[in-house]
Amino acid sequence: MDPKIMAVITTQKERVAGGAPIFIMPNHEEMQRTAFTLEKVLDGMVHQVTPDILIIVRHH
Amino acid sequence: MLKQLLANEYFIPLFIGFGFGVLTRVLLLRTDYRQYPTSPHGKIIHLSLGIIASSLGAVAVPALLKENYTAITFLTVAAQQFRDVRKMERDTLTEVDKHELVPRGGSYIEGIAMAFEGRNYLVIFVAFVTTFATVLFAWWGGLIAGIVTMGIGLKYKSGKTLGHIVDIVPAEVKMDEYNLSVGDIYIMNVGSEDAQEQIRKHGMGFILVPKNQNAKVTIANLGQRQAILHDTATMLGVYRDEGEPSLVPMAKRDLRTGRIGLFLLPLTRDVSKAEQVIVHVPLLEYASRIPKEAPINQTAPSNDQ
Repeated sequence: MDPKIMAVITTQKERVAGGAPIFIMPNHEEMQRTAFTLEKVLDGMVHQVTPDILIIVRHH
Repeated sequence: MLKQLLANEYFIPLFIGFGFGVLTRVLLLRTDYRQYPTSPHGKIIHLSLGIIASSLGAVAVPALLKENYTAITFLTVAAQQFRDVRKMERDTLTEVDKHELVPRGGSYIEGIAMAFEGRNYLVIFVAFVTTFATVLFAWWGGLIAGIVTMGIGLKYKSGKTLGHIVDIVPAEVKMDEYNLSVGDIYIMNVGSEDAQEQIRKHGMGFILVPKNQNAKVTIANLGQRQAILHDTATMLGVYRDEGEPSLVPMAKRDLRTGRIGLFLLPLTRDVSKAEQVIVHVPLLEYASRIPKEAPINQTAPSNDQ
């Protein structure tokens, strides 16, 4: 299976758009906590694109 | 009954040849840290096949001597049989590999399956030579031939290990914000702060420095790298679980020098033990390359680093 972006988590709403579900969080801590939860639920790895944008990618 | 048996001129040669064949299979059948073949049923299967191989090798001699040449064709049936053994091993291992936290990988499985097939041919060889020597000389001839061929068999049972082709250097696991690297080799992007913390705590790094051009190409092979990760995870345990995709041991290549950065997550954090494990990782037959032997590389100026 090709890598696939399962979700995007950000604190900066205006900088992201696209097909994957986007989770907008008020601050850094909330963003990290959501990423942790989604990582376990979606079985995908959290990658940091910029300090404000995290993506969950399923690699296998 | 016994008298009748002993009256058969080939009884002693067959007995000695068959005995040495089976003994070879027993000695070659070691269950080690890889827990393969699985005891006891896996062993029973391979011992039985070893007995069949041994009797085939032994019986071929009287068939030849009695000029029963067509009977020799059953050896081809044996070859087919042992190819099936290889297929069986490959299928089983591929199936169970799906449930490994750190899989063996296709090349490793292929190597194990090939070893099972190859060892049966070794048994046939030992049984054949021993029986033949007993017929030619006497029981003592068979004994000498048996011991010598068995020695050859044991010598060729396993190939080289990783320690022969690389130097293993312990390296620091660095978590520079979200970038994980081992020494100066970049491994991956870890976005989760929780995973970053776990990696700082449990990560262990090594750099494999190839000793020559052949080694460079060999350790670049993905199957060989997976074998290293699997063996270290088996021997030292692994700090990961299903549904923890951020915690994954990895081997990445430094494109410039051909070195491999090895990022491990062992349960037993002992650098010297881990080093020993890596040294003893088998060099996979399907990964080994010897570009240095090619004529084109004999004349070209070396740019080894």
